[in-house]
Amino acid sequence: MDRVLFGDNQFFGVNHMSEEKARAQSMRFQGLQAIIDVLDAAYQEGIRTFMCTTHDRVGEICGYFRAHRDKYPDYRFYPCMPYAHKYANAVTEHGMVDALRRFLPDDGALGAMLKGGVALANKDVRGIMQLLIDAEMKMFHGLSTPVIFVQNVITDLLLGLGMKEALKIFADHVRDKYQAEPGFITMNTPMLLDVLDELKIDNPIVCSNINKIGFRMCGGIDLYEKTIATRRFRPVAMSVLASGAISPREAIEYVCGQPQIESIVFGASSRTNIRQTKALIDELSAR
Amino acid sequence: MVGIGKMGLSHHAIVNSHPHVKIAAACDTTAYLTDVLGKYTGLKCYSDLDRMLSEEALDAVVISTPSRLHASMVEKALQRGLHVFCEKPFVLDVADGERLIALADSKGLVTQVGYHYRFVGAFREAARVVASGALGRVHHVRAEAYGPVVLRPKGGTWRSAKNEGGGALYDYACHAIDLVNFIAGAPKSVGGVALRQTFSRDVEDEVYCSMYFGNGATGQLAVNWSDESFRKMSTKVTVWGTNGRVSADRQECQTYLREAHPELPDTPTGWSVRYTTDLTQEVWYYLRGEEYSAQIDYFVTSCEQRRTDGVNTFRSALQADRVVEQILAEEHSGVRTVQAPVPLAARQGLWARLFGRA
Repeated sequence: MDRVLFGDNQFFGVNHMSEEKARAQSMRFQGLQAIIDVLDAAYQEGIRTFMCTTHDRVGEICGYFRAHRDKYPDYRFYPCMPYAHKYANAVTEHGMVDALRRFLPDDGALGAMLKGGVALANKDVRGIMQLLIDAEMKMFHGLSTPVIFVQNVITDLLLGLGMKEALKIFADHVRDKYQAEPGFITMNTPMLLDVLDELKIDNPIVCSNINKIGFRMCGGIDLYEKTIATRRFRPVAMSVLASGAISPREAIEYVCGQPQIESIVFGASSRTNIRQTKALIDELSAR
Repeated sequence: MVGIGKMGLSHHAIVNSHPHVKIAAACDTTAYLTDVLGKYTGLKCYSDLDRMLSEEALDAVVISTPSRLHASMVEKALQRGLHVFCEKPFVLDVADGERLIALADSKGLVTQVGYHYRFVGAFREAARVVASGALGRVHHVRAEAYGPVVLRPKGGTWRSAKNEGGGALYDYACHAIDLVNFIAGAPKSVGGVALRQTFSRDVEDEVYCSMYFGNGATGQLAVNWSDESFRKMSTKVTVWGTNGRVSADRQECQTYLREAHPELPDTPTGWSVRYTTDLTQEVWYYLRGEEYSAQIDYFVTSCEQRRTDGVNTFRSALQADRVVEQILAEEHSGVRTVQAPVPLAARQGLWARLFGRA
């Protein structure tokens, strides 16, 4: 994995610190070009991995990169699935089983439809999950997706429910069908690592909040530091700036000072911010 | 665990990961969901509440069923001496609520309702600011809740059926009303009620009214769950006083003081903003928001300590149901005239739903 990954929160009105800021960004990035301009700026700064949700609009972004392969020959995507609100809204509107049915493929592939109906009827979680993953991955066809993540809402829900096997099903399908490395986004890293150990998922990629103020690091910052230092996994740090609560230099100095952290994902909406953050990461990683 | 829908599943994950709790069983009429959980987690599942209550040795229940079912289910649990956590709104009929409070009191049982906003740091901060008296004489309160829940005429779940407890008033406005009660106190009466249908056929999508408080203050409630411009539910409360105002949403609390006040020594004259990163207390397990874990942890602790006068008791939550009843009594738009119930998707067989038309 590259040292620096680019995130997508700013493009889709997600800001964990301020609803006002989130709305302003939502307005700013309404059009595809505004998003492409920022991704292009990041590319010019040497960031060639886009870690993004499977929001419908990401489909448009994928279309652009497919059409401009020559301009971005080494670009890669790390899909993070599913975009939870899409499903949550559907469940509210239709109830759980009907919402599930709506998301399974209905594009005429009789095999998939049948598999979906049969899987649903048999409560075959493996079959259902594989189809949902495939549906989420459709927008990335033809693009490089070396790592595929499961979003924290799902990871942590499965973790809490004790549906451990589902995490293995995800990992297996990502490897088998997409020849990609599975990644797990979570807010509960120590708890998750215990389960992944149990499932014999070795040296997993785990993306979680890692920041100086311990924001959303369940188990506490001391436990996280100990976990990062001693356990076998590939940490990806997110929310490094804690949504703006920590100043950039201080924030990045902390993360770069931790051992073992392979990559840092951050989002920004201007070239200046991208350059500044990347420069800090480069500088403080070299030490 | 009673009810494994959207909220039930979330509560289940949180309760299951709580170190002091063991989930004995879950109950839901949709056998599909309980079967899946049973198959993959070994959870013991029932489709009949009475059976589960008589066969399992329980200390408490978490009830996350459609609102219409709350009263009868809470009653059954209380009668068996169980502590109860119930999703909001508590009850649809205030008389039921009063009876259930008396029952819980007589047995010294712990009760809590799922008004999770009372566990959100930014709203707690707003309540703290108001309680300190730093705003001077409070004269107006505004509570708003917006979201993209219903954007189409079609609706096939209990949330779109008014006799099931569906609609923006029971489902959305209750949160805003409880927040007003929490931050500024419960209103004495309401007026100028408008319940509007934007897309829904049988329930309201918008709720607007004025509120009148005992101390002479006024208030306004504005709720609309048909606004696509909001990515998810967005709730905001603002309180105005003679010495300033405080405004809070889930992420931040903004305070403006004309003059600093001795009861709020950490807040200067002028603007101060405090963010969720600053105001939120850590939880042992996170899913969707610290407040969901925090409220469950609070309930567990209340059960362990037999704390019957804590946050979000039935008595507290009933205040919101009283305001809802006042709103319904005052409204003029005739949305809630009695009609035949809407057939629910749940009443179709499983195969019809799997292979039937969208």
